[in-house]
This record gives sequence, structure tokens and C-alpha cells, in this order.
Amino acid sequence: MTHVSSAVPAVGAPPSKRSWGPALSIVVRRLLGMAGTMLLASFVVFGGLHLAPGSPISFLTQGRSVTPEAIAQLESQYHLDEPFLVQYFGWLGGVLTGDFGTSIIFNDSVAALLGQRVVNTVTLLGVTAVLVLTLGLAVGLLAGLRPGRLARTLLAGATGLMAVPGFVASVVLMLIFVVRLGWFPSYGTGDGGWDRLHHFLLPAVALALASIAYVARLTQSAIRAELRSEHVQTAISRGLPYRFVIRRHVIRNAAVPVLTVAGLTVAGLIAGSVVIEQIFQLGGLGQFLVDSVQKKDFPVVQAICLIYVGAFILLNTVIDLAYTLLDPRISLGKKG
Amino acid sequence: MSAIATTSRATRRRPLRIWPTGLGAGGQVSLGVLVLVALMATVGPFLVAADPNAVDLSYAYEPPGRWFPLGTDASGRDLLARLVYGSRTALLGPLFVVLIATLLGTVLGLTAVWFGGWVDSLAVRFIDAVFAFPGILLAILAAALFGAGLTAAVLALSVAYLPYVARVVRSAALQERNLPYVAALRVQGLPGFAISARHILPNVAGLVVANATLCFGWALIDLAALSFIGFGVQPPTADWGAIVGGGLSGVLQGAPNEALFASALIVATVAAVNTLGDRLLTRSEATR
Repeated sequence: MTHVSSAVPAVGAPPSKRSWGPALSIVVRRLLGMAGTMLLASFVVFGGLHLAPGSPISFLTQGRSVTPEAIAQLESQYHLDEPFLVQYFGWLGGVLTGDFGTSIIFNDSVAALLGQRVVNTVTLLGVTAVLVLTLGLAVGLLAGLRPGRLARTLLAGATGLMAVPGFVASVVLMLIFVVRLGWFPSYGTGDGGWDRLHHFLLPAVALALASIAYVARLTQSAIRAELRSEHVQTAISRGLPYRFVIRRHVIRNAAVPVLTVAGLTVAGLIAGSVVIEQIFQLGGLGQFLVDSVQKKDFPVVQAICLIYVGAFILLNTVIDLAYTLLDPRISLGKKG
Repeated sequence: MSAIATTSRATRRRPLRIWPTGLGAGGQVSLGVLVLVALMATVGPFLVAADPNAVDLSYAYEPPGRWFPLGTDASGRDLLARLVYGSRTALLGPLFVVLIATLLGTVLGLTAVWFGGWVDSLAVRFIDAVFAFPGILLAILAAALFGAGLTAAVLALSVAYLPYVARVVRSAALQERNLPYVAALRVQGLPGFAISARHILPNVAGLVVANATLCFGWALIDLAALSFIGFGVQPPTADWGAIVGGGLSGVLQGAPNEALFASALIVATVAAVNTLGDRLLTRSEATR
């Protein structure tokens, strides 16, 4: 994989000089790749309409009685009287300017409907990200730096937790903290401030649990690997203070790859949040997506799928770029 | 001529064993759990007398007892029968996902490696693009387009899992392709298909099986989650994920058995699959 420049660490090594030319070219190349992937994803989300059984207009209306104006509206929104590619680019142009069309059920602009709900999804994912990063890293550090019975117990627990899907965690947490103890409300979003956090904490824990376990195991094994490495052993045998070695060499070297995978894990929770939102009725995009699939409100389904996939691609690209640019051991100019 | 072929690792045959070894205690226990679950799905329905779909509202939420070994659900249906019958859909779904994704992913990975060049970069582009779709999201989109059901969910997840398999096979096969035995086989005039299928594939097979095992666990979770929110197995058909979903209201009403028993089966199966997959992965890396 990567190459550590010298086995004997120079204490307080000067920051390596690097030119920003190759870094810039990497950024540009990744962003272009991201744009390509997003284009392809949007094509799949759009093209699905034509894969569905029946004609697009009958699929969109699903046998509901629709006024001729509404049909004309749908036809102009999807440019149905034009060739396929023109339809696609017309739709894409709308999406890029924030026009996701009109909901068939609510007869309101999709963008406005999503705007009310996106805050709830962002809150859920934000609280979850904080939980995964703090608890996962803390447990992993503890287990990595203090091997022993506690570490083994924590790791065994983490391995078990990784097999628990979010919806099972929700059921168990609800049973304990809502039904038996009555500490948390069973659903809803709360009235702002602490009440809001109070409503979102349990769903966030349910969503985060398996990822906390995964990040903890990952952190632990990264710390153990660094502790075993030659430059750390050398630093310890030279009599450098243990805390200094841990801070300067172990944690510093383990940080970037661990944070990268932890970030990607959090990005991967976007899809899982759909299920959790549905269970706790959090009124976010995920719950709206499930509702809209059930009510066959395809413009909304399309918009939410596109937003989720877009956010997932964006997060992945940003994390990947940060990893490439931050880790001085990765030689720029070469791929990955 | 054939002397060269016999030195390739592919042609060395190991004695056939029924029960795998080298998995450690955890792996053996996991394998035992999986055999039990598989028995539950295959012969279980013949041993359970009760009808999993027989509704009798006067027996709603019965506790476990003589007539209902595990009690009943909100509609008075026998829980044991539902769990046993539900294991069929809960296990067959992920099995098909893994078979389809592994088959197509392996073919894609081997093809990309053998031809290299633009075929390879096209394959990598495709893999990256499909990676952008989380499995659950693709399955929800499929449910919106083709109607909710197990078939749509299984096909969507197969597509979503394909890039994982293809990427693993590609990187492993890439290493094999540069080994001397492949060059030797080419000199003998063996066609690319035969080298890929009969020599490279057997050498990466351990890795493929280990990854298929891990994929089975993820697919089981994803399909159960989809059935849970109503986009997978449709009622009244029994399925572990759907049973947890149906039991959610019972949890709030103080009758959590339905949700808990099905949850326990899901967690036990996934934990066993994950442990076994980890061990298989370690073993395949050790023998490489």
C-alpha cells in the first residue's frame, strides 16, 4: 500500500514541500469523474420511467382520474412529445435549476414539498454522524490502547452488534427506552431545541449502532497495527515518553485512513435512514419517499432518489479527495 | 507440455471433504447455526402442523403455551409456523441475490482482467457508476417502477451487489494474470476463456466464496429491511423482516414477542454468516 518514508522518526519532521500542480489536477479529475457518475445516475433515475410497464403517461397517472390540464402539465414537465434524449436533457435542465416538477398527489411543486422535510433528514443524519464518529473512535481507541479483558469484551460486543440491522435495533431500543422505561417519545420530531434532540436521539442511536461497532473495530485494528510497526517500536525503545509516541506516531498515522473509512461509513447510512425515518415517523425525505412509492407519486420518488444518490456521490468524492490530499504518504500524480 | 500445466496450482486437486476445516471454533459454531437455519427452511414446514396464514382474531396476542408454542400475532396466527415458513423467503431471497451478483460479477471481473485496455476501463467505469446506488435505494426505485414484491427487490439488489463482487474478483484476478503460469498456458496456445475459467477462476474461488458469504449477510439485512417497510415480501406471506414489521405495533402495545423472535432469528443468522465469511476470507488469504 503506502510507504512510510523512514523507519526512524525524525521528531517534529518539517512539513514536506509539495507543489500544488498535481493536487489541482487530481481535484479536477475527481470532480469530472463525479460529474460523469452523477450524469449516469440521473440517466438511470430518469430512464426508469420508460422501463416501467405501460406508457409513461399511464404510469404517471396510474389510472387516477386526472384533469386534461394535469395531463398537459405532466407532458410538458417530462417533455413527453419530444424524442427521448431531448426529454432527458429538458428534465435534467429543470433539475439543475432546482425544478423537480410537480407532485401528482399534492399538486404542489416537488421542491417546496422536499424543502419542508429535508431538515428532519439532515438532523437525523447529523446526530447519527456525531454518534458514529465520537463513540466509534472512542471505543476503538480504548480497545486499541488498553488491551485486556475489557478490550476483548468490547470487541466481541462490537462483532455481535454488526449483525444487528437498524430496524431490529429500533425495535429493541423502543421496547426498552419507550415502552419499559418511558424515557423517550415513540415517534415525531419535537418542538425545536432540546425536545427535538430528545426525539431524534433514539432513532439516531438505532441507525448508528452497527456503524459504531464497525468503526470501533476498524480503529482498534489500525491502532494495534501502528503500535506493532517498526517506527513506533523504535520510538518507544529510544525512551520517548509513551504518551508522546501515542499522540505523535500512533494516532497521527492511524487517523487519516480511519477517518476516511468512518466518513464513508456515515455516507453509507443515507440509505439506511429511510427505514429508520419510517419507523419513528420523523417526517423527513425517507418517510416521504416510502409514502410516495405507496401512493405512486413518481415525480417525488424520482426527486428524492436523485437527491439521495447525489448526496452519496458527493460525500464519497469529498472524503476520497480529502484522503488523497491530506495523507502525505500517498504520492500525488499516481492514481489512488 | 502437460508438465507445465500440472505445475499450475489450479490442477492440484485436494481430497473432497464434507465438513470444512480450518475455520476455528467460531466458524464451526456459525456453520452449525446455519445448518440448523437451513434445516428450518427446508424440512421445517413439513414438521409444523399449523397453517401460517390461518387468521383467528379471538386468539390475538396469545402468549406461548400448549396450543401455540411461541404464541400468536395480532391476527391470531401461529407464530412458530410463521417463523418457520418465513425462513424460506428470508433465506431464498438473499441466496438468489448472491447467486446472480456473484455469477455476473465474476464474469465481469474476469472478462475485464483478461482483455484489459478499454474493456477494463469500461468495466471499472460501470462498477463505479453502480456503486453510486445504495442497494436499498435501488430496490425502492424498482418497487416504484415495477410494483413492490420479492422479485423486484431481489433483482435490484443483485444489480447493486454486482460491483462489490466484480471489484474483488478483478483485483484478485489481476494479480493471478501476471503470474508465470498464465504466461506458460498462453505459450501452450490455450484460449483466454479456458485460462480464465479453468485456471484463474479456481485460484480466486476461495475469495469469491468468502465474499459471497459476506454478501449473503448484507443481502439478508437489506431484503428484511425492505420487507419490513413493505416493499419486499407482500402480506400475508410470512417473512422474517415482514414479521418484525407487523410486530412493530405489538411492541408499543406490550406484546413484543412477534417482533423479538423474528429479530432474534435475523440477528443469529447474520452473525453466523458474518463470522463464517470472515473466517473464510482469512483462510483464502492464508492459502493465496
